[in-house]
Order: sequence, then structure tokens, then C-alpha cells
Amino acid sequence: MEDTAMKFLGAGIAMIGALGGGIGIGQVVAGWLGALARNPGAEGKLFLPGILGLAFAEVIALLCLLVAILLLFVV
Amino acid sequence: MSGAGHHSPLEQFEIKKLVDLQLFGWDVSFTNSTLFMLLAVALSAGLVVWAMRPAAAVPGRFQMLVETLYNAIANMVSQTAGEKSRPFFPLIFSIFIFILMCNLLGMIPHAFTVTSHIVVNFVLAITLFLFITATGFAKHGLKFLSLFVPHGLPIALAPFIFVLELISYLVRPFSLSIRLFANMLAGHLLLKVLAGMVVSLLMAGGVLSAIAVLPFAFTAIMTGFEIFVAFVQAFVFSLLACVYLRDALELHH
Repeated sequence: MEDTAMKFLGAGIAMIGALGGGIGIGQVVAGWLGALARNPGAEGKLFLPGILGLAFAEVIALLCLLVAILLLFVV
Repeated sequence: MSGAGHHSPLEQFEIKKLVDLQLFGWDVSFTNSTLFMLLAVALSAGLVVWAMRPAAAVPGRFQMLVETLYNAIANMVSQTAGEKSRPFFPLIFSIFIFILMCNLLGMIPHAFTVTSHIVVNFVLAITLFLFITATGFAKHGLKFLSLFVPHGLPIALAPFIFVLELISYLVRPFSLSIRLFANMLAGHLLLKVLAGMVVSLLMAGGVLSAIAVLPFAFTAIMTGFEIFVAFVQAFVFSLLACVYLRDALELHH
């Protein structure tokens, strides 16, 4: 196959990795909601670790997107 | 993505020289990136100074806005990094408001998003990282390296864990910068592609023009979401800066 076709294929395959990011973010929010439901008064203390967990989980999905964009536009 | 006569959605990220300047063979032109960075600094400094001018006990709208931002970041710093990190608050607040302003300015149609270039974010992250590492060494001397060997570790594992922790420490500036960069790039690319869809559908005429409402509605929703992401990403950058600062000041994870 030609170069460009392989690039498009590669970009598509790279995005499969974003599945992990989606599951990870779901787990973070599930844990956060569960903890909030058990102890609604702790919202102030739970907010910062919640946002932190979201940021870490999202990086992996964004790395996949970055690889796809690199393949499409830069290589 | 680039059909006949269509503009690539990547064109919005092009750096254009506004004033061509050369200094000893170095290209120090005044670009659109520079212009928007200056605008971000001027707006944030101007907003804070002008809004706090009345200094009323019962704040008006803008004073309340600035005080809310200040309190949010102050609470974050004291919660995450402890009271000992009060001297570092101006640094964290400056980083937060600069990134926030750069992100928000990019939401204006046809404006340039400063933080959508990896080099800008990387310089911010590496400067912060080097500063925090230097602070750690200045405060603890060579004992700073005990950060990489967690407490209560069997001595046989120590070298392996040391290398592992060192690598994950050195990855920090990269993950910090890539997080912000990828969020901004992906958001603006998506908005551009959706807007292009609206234009193509409208130009096709007939039934297709009526369907153009769908991508238009989605563009509107995504614009709102991107403004939210602008705030969240600026907050996460400064939050992680506080976490890394705490790691350097108090040598335990």
C-alpha cells in the first residue's frame, strides 16, 4: 500500500488507544461520585484529588490523539 | 481534509510574522504568537489592577471576580502544598492567569491560541520544573534525592526503584506541557472541522443546507465546552505545579 494510505490507517488504529482513557475517566468519576455519595460533606476535600485524577487519566487518551495527528499532518 | 479550494483546519495554528526583526542572526520577529501573549499579559495585569482599584469592603462585580480567582488559587495552594508554600503563591497565580488568558483569548473566532504550540507550553513546564528542582536542592541539599527512594523499601530493590522514580520524575515537564498542548490543539481542530462542515453544507444548497443546523448546534455546544476546558486546563496546570512543589519541599509523596 502507499504511504498516505498507511498514514490514514495508522491514524485510525492509533485512536483505539483512547478507549483506555475513556474507561479510566469513567473509573475516576465513579470513585468520586461514590465517595461523595457516602460522605456529602467531604466535597471540599474531594474536589482537588478528583480534578487531579481526571487530568492524569485524560493524558493517555490525548497522547493517542497526538500520535494520530502527528501521523496525519506531520509525517 | 484538504479538498480543492478548501483550507486545512491546521491553518489556524500557523505562525505569521507581523514585524520582521533580526538580532545578531537570530530571528526575533514580532509574530502573531507574540502579539497574543502580550495581549494576555496586558489583559490579566490590567484586569487585576483595575478591578481591585475601588478596594471596597462590599465588592462590585469585577472586584468579586478577581477576589474569587485569587481565593480559589490561594485555597488550592494551601490545601495542596501546605502553608510553607505561601511565598510561591505569586508564581502559581501568574502561571494560572497567564495560561487562562491565553486559552480564553484563543476562543475568540479567528484569534491565535498561544498555548496550542508545544514550544510555548514546554518552555513554561521546563522552567517551572527546573525552578522547583532547584528549590528542592537549595532547601534539602543532596538529601533531595531521597525523594526517589520511598520509605521502608527493601535494600535490594532500592537501585531499581530509584531509576524508575527518577524516570517518572523527569517525565513531569513533558506530561505537563503535552496535556495542555493536546487539549488546546484537539479542541480548536475539532471546532475548525465542524465549522468547515457547516460552510460546506450551506454551500451545497437545497436539502443539505437545512441539515447544516446539526453541525452548527454541535459547534455551539463545543464552543461552550472549550471555554470550560480552558478553565480546567489552566487550573490543572497550576494544581500540578503545586503538587510538584509540595513533593520538592516535603520529601515524601
